[in-house]
Parts: sequence; structure tokens; C-alpha cells
Amino acid sequence: MAVPPVTLITAAPLDHAAIVAALDSSGIGAVAVFLGLVRNNNKGRTVLHLEYECYEALALRGLDLIVAEAREKWPSVRLAIHHRIGRMEIGEASVAIAAASPHRADAFAASRYAIERIKQIVPIWKHEYFEGGDVWIEGATADPDDADARKEALRIACA
Amino acid sequence: MRVTVRLFARLRDIAGTGELMRETPAGANVAAVWSSLVTDFPELSAYEKSISCAVNADYSRFTAAVSDGDEIAFLPPVSGG
Repeated sequence: MAVPPVTLITAAPLDHAAIVAALDSSGIGAVAVFLGLVRNNNKGRTVLHLEYECYEALALRGLDLIVAEAREKWPSVRLAIHHRIGRMEIGEASVAIAAASPHRADAFAASRYAIERIKQIVPIWKHEYFEGGDVWIEGATADPDDADARKEALRIACA
Repeated sequence: MRVTVRLFARLRDIAGTGELMRETPAGANVAAVWSSLVTDFPELSAYEKSISCAVNADYSRFTAAVSDGDEIAFLPPVSGG
């Protein structure tokens, strides 16, 4: 099987074994895998399913940027990010992150940094279908050059 | 000159399409393209303060000049993850 790409936007179900396989494991002592799942409730609403859309060319660039930022902060960490788009049911994974590192602390920190940055700068949107209606979820105004946002993601990652 | 406009999520719903062509005067910037959209789809004005923009699939600024054939994208606040 070909080695999976480090960053990926796909309509196919995410495979957490594949994302670990995307990373070179030489010298590695820890791998942190994070999966973001479709939750059955949000802000008091009963969620039925989600539909994700993205601006694919820019979303991939955003994921690549996050990998580069993480490498700058944690040079020994190897990071992979796969994000799914399209319709997802409750309990399915919408995002998978793997961070491999010689030691656990950096693996946990880099994976946390990645999910915080995804929510800040990657042009992906979730459309929530809930009992009684539907709504586009709107989070952060995306600006990769916003140094304060990046600092905040680092602060959370290193807390 | 002509540019392609890409709209996503709620912006796409408001305009009823995710992609449209706009004629823009030479020397126009991204802000001018946005203003012309708001003229056609007034509901978009609610997003004035919260959108980001991209030119040819790279984040840009509203003051950036646009060129013939550019792809201009307007992005509401993101919600990936």
C-alpha cells in the first residue's frame, strides 16, 4: 500500500491506522492520535447529522501551513492531518490528527495545537442538521497572519 | 476584466450559487468585488466584518488588486474540526 499523504481532504471515512502510517516512525517513542467526532448534541440542539464543505485548494494549504508551524515549534514532531468533508453521521470522525515524536509531551502538544489551528484558519465549514432545522456553524474569522490567534493556539497546546 | 467569484457555506446559500462571474473595472480591488456582490445580494452585508478573502486560493486582503481571470473567494468564519 502506498504511504498516505501527511495532509488530506477526503470524502471517504477516516482511517486512524492510515494516518499513523503516514508518518515516518524512526526514532519515535510516542504517537498521539486525535479524532474529532460528530457529536449528537450542540448548544442544546439534538444533532441529526453534519455536512462539511471546504475550499479544497486553500484548505489543503492551511493544513500544510499548520504542519509547517508545528515543525517550527516542535522540530522533532512529525504531524499528519486528515479532514473529511461531505455528510457525516453521529459518531463518525470528521478529523484525524497524528503527531509522532521521540517523547510524549511534544506529541500531545503538537496534536492539540493542530486542532486549535484548524478551527482558526482552515476554510472548512460544518452545516448542522438538528431536530427542528439546520444552521451553518460559524467560528473564527480566518486569518493565518493573526499572530494573536497563533499565540493563543500555542498557549492552549502548552497549557 | 472578468473574475470568478467563489462563495462558501452561508454566503453560497445567500447568493444561491457557489460560483459566479463578475465584470470589474481595471484596477479594482477585492473590496470592490465584494461591494458589487453586496449590491446584488444585500443579505451579504451582515458578513462585512467577519469574512476573509482569498485570491487564486491564497489568503489575501481586501485592499489587494485583482487581475483579469483571478478567482476571488469570500469565506465566512470557519468551523472545521
